[in-house]
Amino acid sequence: MTDKGHHPPHLAHHFSDAEQQRESAKMGMWIFLLTEILLFGGLFCAYAVYRAWNPDMFYSAHKFLNVYLGTLNTVVLITSSLTMALAIRSLQGDRVKRAVLFLAMTLLLAAVFMVVKYFEYSHKFHLGQLPGKYYTFSGVEGNNPHIFFGIYFAMTGLHGIHILIGMIVIAVVLYKTATNNYSAEYYTPVEMTGLYWHLVDLIWIYLFPLFYLIG
Amino acid sequence: MNKERHSEHILPYRLYLGVAAALLVLTVITVSVSFVNLGGWNAVVAVGIATFKALIVAFFFMHLLYDKKINLFIFSVALIMVGIFIILTMFDTLRRAAIYDFTSKPINENAVIYEETPADSTSKPASQNHE
Repeated sequence: MTDKGHHPPHLAHHFSDAEQQRESAKMGMWIFLLTEILLFGGLFCAYAVYRAWNPDMFYSAHKFLNVYLGTLNTVVLITSSLTMALAIRSLQGDRVKRAVLFLAMTLLLAAVFMVVKYFEYSHKFHLGQLPGKYYTFSGVEGNNPHIFFGIYFAMTGLHGIHILIGMIVIAVVLYKTATNNYSAEYYTPVEMTGLYWHLVDLIWIYLFPLFYLIG
Repeated sequence: MNKERHSEHILPYRLYLGVAAALLVLTVITVSVSFVNLGGWNAVVAVGIATFKALIVAFFFMHLLYDKKINLFIFSVALIMVGIFIILTMFDTLRRAAIYDFTSKPINENAVIYEETPADSTSKPASQNHE
């Protein structure tokens, strides 16, 4: 290989410069996030249809969700979004150790979210507030409360899977940041992880009022 | 590295803290409002606040305001498509009663639909009336 002057190791040869590579990665990530929004969009549509058909049942069934745990998880996710943004900001300023700390905090907060979710889910499993034919609870007023819990588990479950995947990706970039793979010059994988993580937060911002705060 | 072509905008730490504080305040507001009965407006207010929160996450945490406009365009396309999808579906599902005698019907004909829950014998019949 002939040395083409100063060719940074992270620059793939089909890009003209690091800036073009970075912008391409970002645009590719946004197209992926578009497919994620459409994926959840289908579920939001199902939610809208069933809530419009069963407004009273949705109101009675939502009372069996714990608003305090839901609010706690909202605060946890917003804070984790902040620490993620601060991790990227630290890398931009070449503060690698600080970035590692912020990424570790993000991972910890994601774990807190999943633990709270675990307690919420296990409580509902215990009471039989389950989707479809597994529904055995008898305390909800109105017809077909299993529909509410079916949509609840489908949407928060898919969101929970996204949190778990996010935790794996954050753990990987945390390790690679700690082992000095990223700096102010190159931190694109951390930035992409951040975009994904903020989208997961953004979807929760809608899930929280739609399930826990039905007025 | 072509420093002069570097288009990334490094935002101050304070901006991120301010955005997070705004998100937490809006969370407190949306939870408080949900305990006040506004009739049909509760859902509108909740989704409105959620949209505002989503926009400040996208604009500042995700840097959409400072990025190339193509990314904002991709994000807008996603939101508009989901909006069209939901609105057109609602035109159908909310107006079926004008054509058929049922207002709600299981997708799977064999699905178990409970007319009444065991605990509540005074519940309304399957045709739900939206107030």
